[in-house]
Amino acid sequence: MIAILDYGSGNLRSAERAFALADSRIVVTNDPKLCLEADGLVVPGVGAFAACMSQLISVGGDEIIRERVENSKPIFGICVGMQILFDSSSEKTQTSGLGIFSGEVTQIKSQILPHMGWNTVKAAENSQLFDGIESETFYFVHSYAAKKPIPGALNSLTNYGEDFIASVERDFIVATQFHPEKSGSAGATLIKNWVAAL
Amino acid sequence: MTLVKRIIPCLDVAGGRVVKGVNFTDLIDAGDPVELARKYDQAGADELTFLDISASVEDRATTLEVVSRTAEEVFIPLTVGGGIRSVEDVNELLRAGADKISVNTAALIRPQLINEISERFGNQVLVLSVDARRADTESGFEVTTHGGRESAGVDALSWITDAVTRGVGEILLNSMDADGTRSGFDLEMLRKVREICDVPIIASGGAGKISDFSDALKAGADALLAASVFHFGEFSVADVKEDLRSAGFPIRTLN
Repeated sequence: MIAILDYGSGNLRSAERAFALADSRIVVTNDPKLCLEADGLVVPGVGAFAACMSQLISVGGDEIIRERVENSKPIFGICVGMQILFDSSSEKTQTSGLGIFSGEVTQIKSQILPHMGWNTVKAAENSQLFDGIESETFYFVHSYAAKKPIPGALNSLTNYGEDFIASVERDFIVATQFHPEKSGSAGATLIKNWVAAL
Repeated sequence: MTLVKRIIPCLDVAGGRVVKGVNFTDLIDAGDPVELARKYDQAGADELTFLDISASVEDRATTLEVVSRTAEEVFIPLTVGGGIRSVEDVNELLRAGADKISVNTAALIRPQLINEISERFGNQVLVLSVDARRADTESGFEVTTHGGRESAGVDALSWITDAVTRGVGEILLNSMDADGTRSGFDLEMLRKVREICDVPIIASGGAGKISDFSDALKAGADALLAASVFHFGEFSVADVKEDLRSAGFPIRTLN
């Protein structure tokens, strides 16, 4: 069973339908028991970092994520759901994240923002997540990003004005800055790859 | 690694059906929105836009249902515009499965609506749709309402600057002079808006032949929206992309 963490952020329906193509048992919930039991937990996220963090905390999502990390249980963060796994973000005000990945989320250096649309992701070598889709395009919508590759992790990068992390895989935690649920067939393959590895 | 230029077919939706016509008159039924959305997705569209031209409240409820059925089957971004007046309207559409919302007249009447939407959902969900035409204003372009028939009494460039400051993530720039003429996008207007605008610009209005699309990109557009040329089958999304590719623009190809 895959749980999609419902903390009032992100396009839950799209995420639900896209993951349902890969697994028949999808639950959209913030029930701690279900979220902790699930084979995989998807953490979506749309909007401003600080707003997402406070909504996450208000439903106890921070505790759920930390407990899954402690128990080495798979997590998939999407967009701001990826960013909140980092130490902090400088979007609007400096806001602390969960600090599961070290590094800061900062504004992309580009004249035109948001970074909106389809961009190529250069998959890290030996990436399981990008198996069969090593140089595809995925759909991004964001103005802030984590730029420093995480040591000891598989970092897949993209470029818009500068390089930044499009996706990171470290042990049982994966996260994408892009929206696999909105990235057509390449996104569907990526989700399938993740589900198959659970 | 390059951000590709997007091709966005636009579907006019009323009462749960896609309609097509010229200048919102002589509307004819053009099919099921979900089916057409799927067709455009398979043809390589990078995003889809639904413009709700429903006249009644009942028809608006049907649009929500159409959005939700589309989002369940088509896994590319969907923008919905038309008649959005409040944060609650936006919330309903996003919950139904829309990814972005476009506002037009309601934001002109009450610009604070832009602040309210972007504060709640982030500016990335908000597209400002601007129906502009040549006029004797500071920039030479003014904003219109009612499908280009009436002046909003606002300079187009100053309205865009104001809206971007308030919090829109993208501009859908419709040329009311070029709309329906099929003589190409208004390149002069595009260049002028590009100079003052630091969010992505979607060019719309006037597409008639394939080379019009690459001309608009050269003038500074990030994405291109078209309705009739795709619906009436003059050329396909794939034809446009092939032309853009040969002109050296980055595009997304389907495997």
